[in-house]
Amino acid sequence: MSRALDLLALVGRAAFAALGGAGRIAIFALVGLSHLVRPPFHARQFWRHFVEIAYFSLPVVALTALFTGMVLALQSHTGFSRFGAETALPSLVVLSITRELGPVLAGLMVAGRIGASMAAEIGTMRVTDQIDALTTLSTDPMRYLVAPRLLAGTLALPPLVVVADILGVFGGFLIATLQLGFVPQSYLDATWDVLEAMDVISGLVKAAVFGFLIALMGCWCGYHSRGGAQGVGQATTRAVVAASILILAFDYVLTAAFFKQ
Amino acid sequence: MSETPKIRLRGLRKAFGEKQVLDGVDLDVRPRHSMVLLGGSGSGKSVTVKCILGLIPPDEGVIEIDGQDVAKLSRRERAALFDRTGMLFQNGALFDSLPVWENVCFKLLAQRRLTRRAARDRAAEVLAQVGLAASVGDLWPAELSGGMQKRVALARAIAAQPDIIFFDEPTTGLDPIMGAVIDGLIVDCVERLGATALSITHDMASARRIGDDAAMIHKGRIVWTGSAETLGHTGHPMVDQFANGSREGPIQMELRR
Repeated sequence: MSRALDLLALVGRAAFAALGGAGRIAIFALVGLSHLVRPPFHARQFWRHFVEIAYFSLPVVALTALFTGMVLALQSHTGFSRFGAETALPSLVVLSITRELGPVLAGLMVAGRIGASMAAEIGTMRVTDQIDALTTLSTDPMRYLVAPRLLAGTLALPPLVVVADILGVFGGFLIATLQLGFVPQSYLDATWDVLEAMDVISGLVKAAVFGFLIALMGCWCGYHSRGGAQGVGQATTRAVVAASILILAFDYVLTAAFFKQ
Repeated sequence: MSETPKIRLRGLRKAFGEKQVLDGVDLDVRPRHSMVLLGGSGSGKSVTVKCILGLIPPDEGVIEIDGQDVAKLSRRERAALFDRTGMLFQNGALFDSLPVWENVCFKLLAQRRLTRRAARDRAAEVLAQVGLAASVGDLWPAELSGGMQKRVALARAIAAQPDIIFFDEPTTGLDPIMGAVIDGLIVDCVERLGATALSITHDMASARRIGDDAAMIHKGRIVWTGSAETLGHTGHPMVDQFANGSREGPIQMELRR
């Protein structure tokens, strides 16, 4: 009996700790967002991070999407050919890329690149007193460091996902026409016929949410890092892991919300 | 009637977990005077200054600036009060992502008190006051030596012409000559601005050069205050032991053998 109670207490403590953590992150996010609607806004900081995310992440996101589209076409063709359903290949590629793979893969790539860099930069600022220095220079660190990054993350992911969608579909098109014997015009017609606005819009909404989550976890983990280089390293790892898990969890939630039958 | 202290601390207490870092700090800093706060590592010097600056909330006690209890001020009034302060951090704490000139004029730019063009001119002017060429303004903090970083940090602390300036170990990590140069710049800047200064140091030569008054903190309490000129022969055994760097005396280091 007492062992069962100990176990229950352990589970309870873990649940309360998780809820407490989620609450603190939510308050952190709300405080950051509140600075977006109260001037002054640090537009230069926003632009710097927007360019860093949207422009400098382009190569890695583009290559990931291109190869994913190519692999998807190859693997799907192998499976579909067993049932004589090869003609479904263009539909599968375009729907998988626009609804799921484009936003999720772009999100995971950006989480690795940008989430880590945000956590490392803010974490280093924390352990070298730069965040305290901001306060002594009459600048709210949440306004200067967090708010521009949250907005940049939210706005920069959707254009990246548009590029990922186009290149992912293009990758599938290349393999289908050059290797699997599809007629280019028929492939494109089949792609256009099946694609609906909601497929693209849902992917872009997901991208915006994922961008926000990546920036939020990068800022949160960096802002609360402690203890020098080791602490900054741990904050960086936590930011990437937490953002990646949140991306996958929210992907399910948003998919269920958009495509509930 | 005695003058109202610029900074007045009464019964300031702060604990981190089990460790009582500040245990009732009482301190007065006179207007337009330079006070040096002495004490060993971990004695509570930096925490005292961080409490005054609002970076750490104290558990108990009163902090008054110009006779106003900081805890009773509204958010706006407190912001206005801290607009008049400057701080030189021990490691400079310059912003790596900004060039030197933007570091120097950060506060003026953040408060939209200057355009970027005017801020560049102002940065050159302030850099000249700390003995640096205007061309240094275009460098990045990582490109500067330790002494230059300290001077840039000093320039940033004084650029908005504060009337209270805090210096946290201004000469730590510098060679003796550069330390003396920084001390000289601090004295010049404080005099030019007519500011009140509170410096933390355990460098006795520096304390004598920059301080009018001195106070010693030990185990979270102020144990002595007096003139900085008398450091080394105050007659207070703790202060004299600290100032002379003697192993023998009432301050015992907790060393395991």
